[in-house]
Amino acid sequence: MNMVDAGGDKQPPAIELRRINKRFGRVHANRDIDLVVERGSVTGIIGENGAGKSTLVSILYGFYTADSGEILIDGAPVRIDKTSVAIDHGIGMVHQHFMLVPTFTVLENIMMGAEGSGLLAPAEMAARARLTDLAETYGLEIDPDALVGDLPVGLQQRVEILKALYRGARILILDEPTGVLTPQEADRLFDVVRVLSGNGVTVLLITHKLREIMAATDQVAVMRHGEVVRSLKTAKTDREELARLMVGRDVLFSAETTERQPGASVLSVRDLGYQDEAGAMRLKDISFDVRAGEILGIAGVSGNGQSELLDILSGIAPLQIGEITFGEDVFTAGRQADPSFLRQLGIAHIPEDRQQRGLVLNFSAAECAILGYQDGPNAGDRIFLDQARIRDRCQKMMVDFDVRPPSPELRAGGFSGGNQQKIVVARELAASPKVLLVGQPTRGVDIGAIEFIHSQLIAMRDAGCAILLVSVELDEILALSDRILVMNDGQIVGEAGRDEADPNRIGLMMAGIDPGSEARP
Amino acid sequence: MSTPPLPRWAEIGLVPVINLTLALLVSGAVIAMLGEDPIKALGVMLKGAFVYPGSLGYTLYYATNFIFTGLAVTVAYQVMLFNIGGEGQAYIGGLGAGLVGLALGGVLPGVVVIPLAIVGAALFGAAWALIPAYLQAYRGSHIVITTIMFNFIGAGLMVSLLGGPMMRAGQMSPESEVMDASTHLLSMQELLALIGIEIAGSPLNLSFPLALLACVFVWYLIWRSKLGYRMRAIGHSEPAAAYAGIRIPHMIILTMAISGGLAGMMSVNEILGVHHKIVMNFTAGYGFTGIAVALMGRNHPVGIVMASLLFGAIYQGGAELDFEFQSITREMVLVIQGLIILFSGALVYMINRPLARLLAAVLPARVEGEGGRS
Repeated sequence: MNMVDAGGDKQPPAIELRRINKRFGRVHANRDIDLVVERGSVTGIIGENGAGKSTLVSILYGFYTADSGEILIDGAPVRIDKTSVAIDHGIGMVHQHFMLVPTFTVLENIMMGAEGSGLLAPAEMAARARLTDLAETYGLEIDPDALVGDLPVGLQQRVEILKALYRGARILILDEPTGVLTPQEADRLFDVVRVLSGNGVTVLLITHKLREIMAATDQVAVMRHGEVVRSLKTAKTDREELARLMVGRDVLFSAETTERQPGASVLSVRDLGYQDEAGAMRLKDISFDVRAGEILGIAGVSGNGQSELLDILSGIAPLQIGEITFGEDVFTAGRQADPSFLRQLGIAHIPEDRQQRGLVLNFSAAECAILGYQDGPNAGDRIFLDQARIRDRCQKMMVDFDVRPPSPELRAGGFSGGNQQKIVVARELAASPKVLLVGQPTRGVDIGAIEFIHSQLIAMRDAGCAILLVSVELDEILALSDRILVMNDGQIVGEAGRDEADPNRIGLMMAGIDPGSEARP
Repeated sequence: MSTPPLPRWAEIGLVPVINLTLALLVSGAVIAMLGEDPIKALGVMLKGAFVYPGSLGYTLYYATNFIFTGLAVTVAYQVMLFNIGGEGQAYIGGLGAGLVGLALGGVLPGVVVIPLAIVGAALFGAAWALIPAYLQAYRGSHIVITTIMFNFIGAGLMVSLLGGPMMRAGQMSPESEVMDASTHLLSMQELLALIGIEIAGSPLNLSFPLALLACVFVWYLIWRSKLGYRMRAIGHSEPAAAYAGIRIPHMIILTMAISGGLAGMMSVNEILGVHHKIVMNFTAGYGFTGIAVALMGRNHPVGIVMASLLFGAIYQGGAELDFEFQSITREMVLVIQGLIILFSGALVYMINRPLARLLAAVLPARVEGEGGRS
């Protein structure tokens, strides 16, 4: 497994992990992990959700301590039992969800926790100088006095990277760094990663996206079921091989889908607008139709109004401006629809956030399987729940959708992401809806489950369901949609049919750039 | 940073015992400092709570109050609201029970008036919870603050009523007329005498079985009814509840009404069972102790019955301590009660982490074995 033995006699590797083990109760999250990372290299760790990637980097960063095994940093054995120890050893981490104070400036955020003395002014001066220095060395230009909350996401991430470097990080862990970025921003991030590694910073890139591994890394460790199943030179492998190693079998990359003639419009939206509590217009002039038997994809970077759109269509958020027509029923600001009424009309909703919305994590799977349908006949009579029926129905859903383990009594929070999402999808499809609203159906879901969920959505479409698909994964939109709308800043900025959809063009539109007016950067 | 999860049997069985032991140890130290023998004191307390004639009746009579107020806290907790207003709701509930009893007692037969009075207690308690509930649901006022305030408002209202329009004629103390004898709840002593069993006198009355019935009701409500499903959905995840089409403000009001109603029913024990008139401060802090009871009882009806028995025993046995020892005053007994509430209520999670670590260290082989079996 140790693939870099050849260079061993020059200088010690930046990180060496030897037989790392970590258990959580019955789960063996990391099993005999060996990993060698050369100084200045970019190493990808790829694996499905639950493969143990996060546990491994959490051990390295001191969130967890390993049950057994050794960590060597620059050849010296170390014991990392706190994050502060990790930082002292030059390890920095950029989390998937940023740990920034939006109302602080860039400089204040970077200094935070490393202010030094009791007085702020001298520390600030020193920090400003260091920051300028770092920005020049690594090509990470940024305005130190900008408020972090005003910066676009890509720059916020840059602040996180600078924060780690400011604390002297020579080893940088990037945990799923591209989840919130446009394709273009992701490309820029990988440019930065290359500059960093050129300057001797060792980068660990944790991801489940094969494309990022291929684009940015020198070597890759593939994890499955808590083990590193293979370490490879990135140049000597390809997407198909990595996918096979991750899942343990061959994977279909494009969902099998065929052209279909869509039927009449089932869901029609006209001039929809939405103002949030702070007074900002989150949606403007949104109009579209979804027809029976088609999947309408909405592409866009997260936070450009897609969530608000789904909330309004599903009745969770109030309809303020515009008109929504479901079949015979017309809803306006004067005639609001609540989620239970919409469900009665045949509108199902797979929400973007399954943990917060789609499930109640402390409920059993069986209880979750009636969420939203708790007033319906499948949940019991008027007053009492029908325990046996709820359980049996959930059991059947779990078998049909291959949810593992198929135990309706188990707490929903105890299932892996993919299995949680399968429970949500199974529940919503069980209602045989006319319209299906889908948000991020495969976020944080492993490849095997992605395939399955995609095929289920296509089967629903073929059965005549009108599907509105919102996803920040452009690949997913491209693979499933019959038509694509692109959203930016609360507006629909472009539309493309299935055949004319070009990822680059859509990527630019997602970033709010008119592809006709500007050359690609 | 990571702590292994505490096994469920330990959380339910072991943690309360350890907490109680800690409380008793500290109490014992306090008693030893006063120059008395802690072991002897414990013996006196136990005898005072369970052994002396009538003592068990007193213990159960106190427990009745705690069951009602504990259930009230538990029901509200299902939607993640802390109902601190049990005290006020019980007090106003007593007004409801009393008004029905005073107005209809002697006019209608007791079998009609008593159920009506019980309903009156529940309705008045519910009504007193409704205003804070409305303010929480539609105006975002924090329920903890408003229910605390409503305890004071309720107390003030009762003083002005009992000292004013409702005051018994020709009487100097602020209390109402005595209700007609037909409205008095049968005491356990009278009840058992009917079937030929003689027990010592105590205030224990039919409210105790009523409290146990309320436990069954709450269990069905929370875990078997659709209403309970909605309540729990809100409590665990408001976004999920909104997604599921559950009307959260509506449910908050309904839940608080049930909670207030249960608290109000505590007054059945005091007003219909014991005092037979509305008196000042009959709630005597039972509403507040209900919070500790619910915490210690893990918000489960069975746990609440157990915790109520414990607190009932402490109340009753504590009174005996005061009686038996020169140096242990009534105030000292309050300190001991306070320590038990502190350890088993407020500090209920204090030992969870170290205990979980200890168990994980002591029982690794056991975990392995379980993994093999499943």
